[in-house]
Amino acid sequence: MIQKIGFNVLQVITVMLLAPLLKGILNRWKERLQSKRGPSIFQTYFDIWKLFHKDQVFPETSTWIFRITPYIVFAAPIFVTLLIPVLTSYPLFFAFMGDMVGGGFVLALAGFFATLAAVDTSNPYGAMGASRTRMVSFLAEPVFMMVFFTVAFVAGSTIPYIVQQYWVESLSNFFEPSHVLIIVAFFMLIIAETGSIPVDNPSGHFELAMIDESKSLEYSGSGAALMKWAGSMKLFVLLSIFCNVLVSPWGLASGQSFGEVLIAVPLVFCKLLAVVTLLVIVESSFSKLRLFRISEFLSVAFIISIAAVLTKLLEL
Amino acid sequence: MFMLDPVLARHLNPLVGGLFLLVTFGLIATRQVLAAVRIFILQSLLLSFSAALLGLVNNSFHLYAVAVITVATKVLLIPLFLRGRLGADMHARREVTLSVGIPSSLLAALALTGFAYVIMEPLVQSADTDIIVNASVGTAVLLIGAYAIVVRREALPQLMALLAMENGAFFAGISIAPDLPMIAELAAAFDVVIIVVVLGLLTKKIDERVGHTTVGDLDELKEG
Repeated sequence: MIQKIGFNVLQVITVMLLAPLLKGILNRWKERLQSKRGPSIFQTYFDIWKLFHKDQVFPETSTWIFRITPYIVFAAPIFVTLLIPVLTSYPLFFAFMGDMVGGGFVLALAGFFATLAAVDTSNPYGAMGASRTRMVSFLAEPVFMMVFFTVAFVAGSTIPYIVQQYWVESLSNFFEPSHVLIIVAFFMLIIAETGSIPVDNPSGHFELAMIDESKSLEYSGSGAALMKWAGSMKLFVLLSIFCNVLVSPWGLASGQSFGEVLIAVPLVFCKLLAVVTLLVIVESSFSKLRLFRISEFLSVAFIISIAAVLTKLLEL
Repeated sequence: MFMLDPVLARHLNPLVGGLFLLVTFGLIATRQVLAAVRIFILQSLLLSFSAALLGLVNNSFHLYAVAVITVATKVLLIPLFLRGRLGADMHARREVTLSVGIPSSLLAALALTGFAYVIMEPLVQSADTDIIVNASVGTAVLLIGAYAIVVRREALPQLMALLAMENGAFFAGISIAPDLPMIAELAAAFDVVIIVVVLGLLTKKIDERVGHTTVGDLDELKEG
């Protein structure tokens, strides 16, 4: 049991340490693909380091909500990490504490507080960004639900460790149409949730067009560092749910020894890099959608996820 | 030919079916003509994949022929013809007028998919999985294509929807009748090309006469 807690802690440390690197690689590759030189892949670490050494300034009108939010936003992906398979293919100590819906709730809590904090600043851009983020997430919510329902229906469980085993049980499970459709729907969801290009432009500097970024505009110093770090961890966590639970658990450690779990770290990171490549290509080949077209984008994702459950439901 | 055995082909076919359905949803969700043409090309490629896989499963030469004919006519010939004839109309980066919004259209497409599965169920009850997948997905695509024709108000997108319908019918057909003589396949493929030529010329004429191809607006007779 001690060992499993140890692996769980190792999982959290992996996510905390590697998430900025993943974000850095994403930014670097995106710039490279657009024939620019791009920042160093370690740029996110430098940013976080720099911000931690700066003073914090709080807006005069803000309350305790504004101060407490970075910690909640930072803690949420760590809690989710405890629930999902990042390195091992067998359940760890905290795995049965919550299922995928629980993980979704924890991430939603962070989003809720980020929204409150943005309104709390009484900066008009903050409230505007917050309301836009809410719009995107209430459109994304049904897709989340349908993906979880489909997965629960197909695999007979909502615990991520059990779900992932189902896809590799036999080859025909892996190639089921519902599996492919779920993967596509969840990928579109990742794009919406992480604020990537068809939905939002993460590198934009124009406040009026921002969706996700404008919520954390007022943060400075360690608050900003935590928000930035939390953003990259959220990306890491969503991508590992995508890779390890929904696509397939290849590359995860199946043995109990410490060495095997350590080897899983680079393997899983390579898997995530493959998805990052896909994300980079998508981000570089589409243009940002108009605000009211986002509902179309997400309704496509919703329809795909319903089609997934439908093909499964009516096939047998 | 490939390093594929029939068992793997049988596993891969539902995947192709799922993608085929997915691509058809894409047809409903696009607003630009060029995107619709690209989706049609992709859909035809998936159709030929499925034909090749089923050919492997059923050990049928005719289905390989279908795969080759599909690639030749629908992936190469028809897009090339459309590009040559209606190039300006096709590359216009404007948005097609739709009479129903995209989110509601998608819901309708979903309902049609469910309907297709329900009506095909008694027919394919004791059949193999590849017949179930192909027949249901094919019928769904057929219905979605018909819906797209109704909703689109311009000639070229309507033509693309008609071709998607035809693809759906083929997709269902290749699983139900794997040993259809090649001459029938050839005739059907030739028919499609003729349809495209005729409709392409008609569209061109409408364009010359009226100045646009929004056939949805042509709902009044002009006397004299």
